[in-house]
This record gives sequence, structure tokens and C-alpha cells, in this order.
Amino acid sequence: MLGWFDANLVSILNGFAIGSLLFILAVGLSIVFGMMDVLNLAHGAFFLIGSYLAVTFVAGESWGGFLTALGVAALIGLLAGGALSGLTEPLARRPILDQALLTLGISLIVAEVLSIIYGNDVFSVPPPPGLAESIDVAGRAYPAYRLMLIAVGLVLALVVWLVVEKTSIGALVRASVADREMVSAMGVDNRKVKFAVLGVGSLLATVAGVLAAPVYGARPGLDETILLLALVVIVIGGRGSVRGALVGALVIGQVESLGRALVPDLASFILFGTLALVLIVRPRGLFAGKVAHS
Amino acid sequence: MSVIPDSSTETTGAAAAVAATSPASRRNALLRRGVPALVLLVLLAAVPLFADPFTTNTISRILIFALFAVSLDLLVGITGLPSLGHAAYFGVGAYTAGLVSIHWTSEAPVPVLLAAGAGAVAAAATGWLAVRSGGVYFLMLTLAIGELVHQLAQRLTSVTGGSNGLFGIPSVRIGGQPLTLAGLVYWYVLVLALLGFLGLWLVARSPFGGALRGIRDNEPRMRSLGYSPFRYKYVAFILAGGFAGLAGGLFAGLLRIVNPSDAGFTTSALMLLAVILGGAGTLWGPVLGAAVVVLVRDTFGPQLDGHGPLLLGIVFVVAVYVLPRGFAGLTGVLARRKRTAGGTA
Repeated sequence: MLGWFDANLVSILNGFAIGSLLFILAVGLSIVFGMMDVLNLAHGAFFLIGSYLAVTFVAGESWGGFLTALGVAALIGLLAGGALSGLTEPLARRPILDQALLTLGISLIVAEVLSIIYGNDVFSVPPPPGLAESIDVAGRAYPAYRLMLIAVGLVLALVVWLVVEKTSIGALVRASVADREMVSAMGVDNRKVKFAVLGVGSLLATVAGVLAAPVYGARPGLDETILLLALVVIVIGGRGSVRGALVGALVIGQVESLGRALVPDLASFILFGTLALVLIVRPRGLFAGKVAHS
Repeated sequence: MSVIPDSSTETTGAAAAVAATSPASRRNALLRRGVPALVLLVLLAAVPLFADPFTTNTISRILIFALFAVSLDLLVGITGLPSLGHAAYFGVGAYTAGLVSIHWTSEAPVPVLLAAGAGAVAAAATGWLAVRSGGVYFLMLTLAIGELVHQLAQRLTSVTGGSNGLFGIPSVRIGGQPLTLAGLVYWYVLVLALLGFLGLWLVARSPFGGALRGIRDNEPRMRSLGYSPFRYKYVAFILAGGFAGLAGGLFAGLLRIVNPSDAGFTTSALMLLAVILGGAGTLWGPVLGAAVVVLVRDTFGPQLDGHGPLLLGIVFVVAVYVLPRGFAGLTGVLARRKRTAGGTA
């Protein structure tokens, strides 16, 4: 057992790194979906904007470039989310499918605009200076950047958990997931909440894109792969649940990494199998709130 | 979006059906509907006689994607299950037809029938899980299934040719003779696509189709009436997969190359666009939607440096706002305007 663990240590650590990224990505998507009933299918495209920003600002050359990319990505994410909240407002009274279709159209547009700007080449982005080396972990060399990703993911998970569980903003978030109409009947302006939530959710997507660039690079089609993983995380974890997003992201991270390392041909089936298993046992996800949203 | 049909057109349809009981008006209705359909059929059959091979080929492709879109409409419009992974079954059909043609026989209609069968089997294997959910969850699950098939097509290089695509598919043969002329291939596509449309139309018109509409509009009520929504939705999913597989089989025979992207997310999204743009639940609307999608992507696309999807994305966004019922909704508006004009006259 210990031998097996030792042999697959790199894959397991990779799984945690991917899980961290997926958490940053999925928690925004999940809260937007849980609170506002907006399933943002453009989330993957926003992620890809971040990845290409890392290419533009040559994030691997200097910390200045890396931090600029992060800052610009955060700003663009915030603006994109705000714009999306304005765009979905006229559709608020229509079925939630209409809003999903709108974001699907936006994702097609964003992906095409990115391929017009950057072409169809595959870019790779080196980690910022100082994090490019490998660190010795239990006798094995492991990239320092990925260890930092794990740390960032854990810190963010803690911050999000504290905000959602311990602050009055968090109380608003939890109340909105449980019953949005009631919250708005209590005098909270729904549109402002939606603006803020979509802004922060999209910001997390673009920032995750920059952070992921040294791991995944930037290429056309990455948006779909990433969106799919994030959606699987939400389905497994349950919409609107921070804990669910974390557990789902860590599980899918391991499936993606350990699964691909151990049984490369079956990894896609394991991903789908995990999803199927969860849906059969817990159709609403592992951590869906007790108050069902109709 | 337009999952719930315009109730006013439904009732006028019912009123027309009641009015049509007298023999004279029934003959009128037959003339009004039958004659244009016959003219359209003759025009479609005559396409290779006056159009150049490129145009003929484009119309062949429109027919195939129209069949694909109408099969998706059976799910989206009739059953109320918005799928974002329907290209998976199209792709399964296309690869099946391609592989059968390469390794066994390209004698019509063996490859397309096996393609339809493979599409139905793939839908049966995956739909068992997908139809347990509904609405946006169904959207997510079908997206996952579509991505799974897409990745399989890309990874099983020894079988599918991987990202290079499956090429070298021999042309379709009838009675041992290969169909090489664009016109002959077109007629082959036309006959099978029309049979496909007929099949889907019969399904939608049957009591089974009525039950599907009932489940779409009020599932708890249908359940209390003794229907099993799961079983109906599951069968609808399998049928839709089978017809998508048929369209995929025709596609492989026409283009003679199949790429993993034909089973991918973008193909699924564009077909959903075709259905929504045309008007979900009308069957004929998605045919128009598919024509728009094919023309924009393949005919005008090259003039936009291959960025047809950009234009389609914009069309998609605009359609969500201004055409909630698609093209089919426009005819409803026109008919109502005509009716009010007739009433005041």
C-alpha cells in the first residue's frame, strides 16, 4: 500500500493541483447557478481569456508579467460578469434554459474572437521565476508551481468557506441559494446581488485561467474541456454548495490525474462513471442543500 | 426556449381539424397542404438537373443536417429535453457507417442502417442515465456524454484515425455500382433523408408523440394518469439517437471523411441553435434552422476566414432575445396579423 502510494505520489499531487484549479473555477460557477439560476456556459470561455492573457503578458518571464496578467484577468472577469448580468436581465422571466442558451451563444463568440486574435496555435506558458524549479517531496522531484497551486486552492477554499459561513454577505448567499424570491421579498435588490455574484464568479474563472496557464497552456478547445470538468464538479457536489464544489473538485482532480496515469484509455469512462454513480445514489449531488429550489 | 408551443396556434389547428370534417373543406385542406409539399418534393428531386455539383453537394449537406436537427427536435421540442450532446449519436453513426464501408461493404443501405442502429444503441446505453434528469441538468449530462464520445473518437486512434479523422471511406454502392456523380449521391441522400423525416413525423404525430408532449407540458399529471415518464423519455431518447445516427451515416457516405469534431461540443451547440432558431417542436422549423447553420458555416464561413461560428454565435444571441419561438414563431405572428386584418375587413 505504502509502495503504491509512493509510486503514484506525483500523480496524486497532480490530482490535488488540478483539484485546486477546478475548485477555483467551479465554486464561482456553482454559486452563480445555485443563487441566480444562471447556468453560465461561457464560464469555460472566460477561463480561456485568462489563459491567453497569461500568454500576452508573458507571465513566465517575470513576476510583474504574471501579476499584471492576474490583475487584468480579474478586471476583465468582473466586467464580463457584470455585462452578463445585464444581458440576462431581460430574460429573467423566461425559462432558465433561455439564459443558458444566451451564455452558450456568448461562449461561441468569445472562443471565436480569441481564435481570431491568437490563431489556432498551442501556447505553453512557463511558471513565473522562482517557481519553475522542482522541489523534493518525499524523495521525488515535484514542480514548485503546482505545490503553490495546491496552497492557493486551499487558502481560497478557506476564505470562501469563512465568507459564506461566517459573514453577513455569506448569509445573503446562503439565503439566496435556498429561496431567492423570499430574499427579494425581504427588500434585497435582486439585480444588485446578481451583478455582484456574476462579477465575482466570472472573476474566479478568468483568474483560474491565468493560474492554470503554466499547467494547461492556452489553446482553442480548452474552454470546452474545462467547462465540462467544472460542470461535472457541480453535478457531483450539488449546486450552490461550497463544500460540494471542494469535494467534487478534489475527486475529479484525482480522477483526471490518477485515472489517466493508471488506466490512460479508460480515464474518460472513469470520469463519466463517477458522475453516473453519484447521480444514481444522490441525484441532487453529494452536498445539495436541504431546502430544494423548485 | 420555445419548449412550450404557442397555444393559440394549437387551438387554431384543432379548430381547423374540426372544420375540416366536411368533405369539401377537407379537400381544400389537402390541396392547401398537399400541393406545396408536392411542388417542394419535385423541386428537391430536380436539384441535380439544374444546379452545379457544388450547390448540389451543399443541399445534400443541408438535408443531412436537417434530419439531424429534426431528430434533436424530437428531444428538445416534443419531449422538452434540451440536449447539448446530440452530436455524439451523429458521430457514432458516422463512424459506424465509415468503418462498415471501409472494412465490410459500402452497398446501400447497409452502412446507414447499421449507423442508425449504432446511434440507437449508443443512445440506449447513455440515455438510461441522462433521462433521469431534466432541464438544465439534462443539458449538463448530455454535454458530458457528448464530450466522452468526442474524446473516445480522438483517443481510439487505431479504430477512428484519431484527430486525423477517418478517411478513405469508399463511395456508396448501389447494385455493385459506386455512386460517384454528385447528383446520384444527392438522390441517395434525398431518399433516405425523406424517409427519416417521414419516420420522425410519424413518431411526433402518433399517440406516443402526444404522450411525449404531455410529459413536456405537465409531467406530474401524466404520471398520475398512469404513464411512465421515464419509459417514454427513454424511448424518445433512443429514437432521436437512432435518427441522428442515420444522419451521421449519410454524412459519412457524402463527405467520405469523419472527424472527431463531428461528434463534438460545437456540432451539438450548432444543432441546438438550428432547432431553437427554427422553432422547437415544429419539426419543419429546425429544417430551416439547419439550412441557415450549414450555409453560414460552410458557404459564407470561408469568406469570413473560417470564422462562421462567430456569426452563428451572434445569430444565436440575437435569436434568444428577438425570436423566442424561432422562425416558426414568425409565421404564427403573420397568421394572427392576417386573421385580425381579415376580421376587421
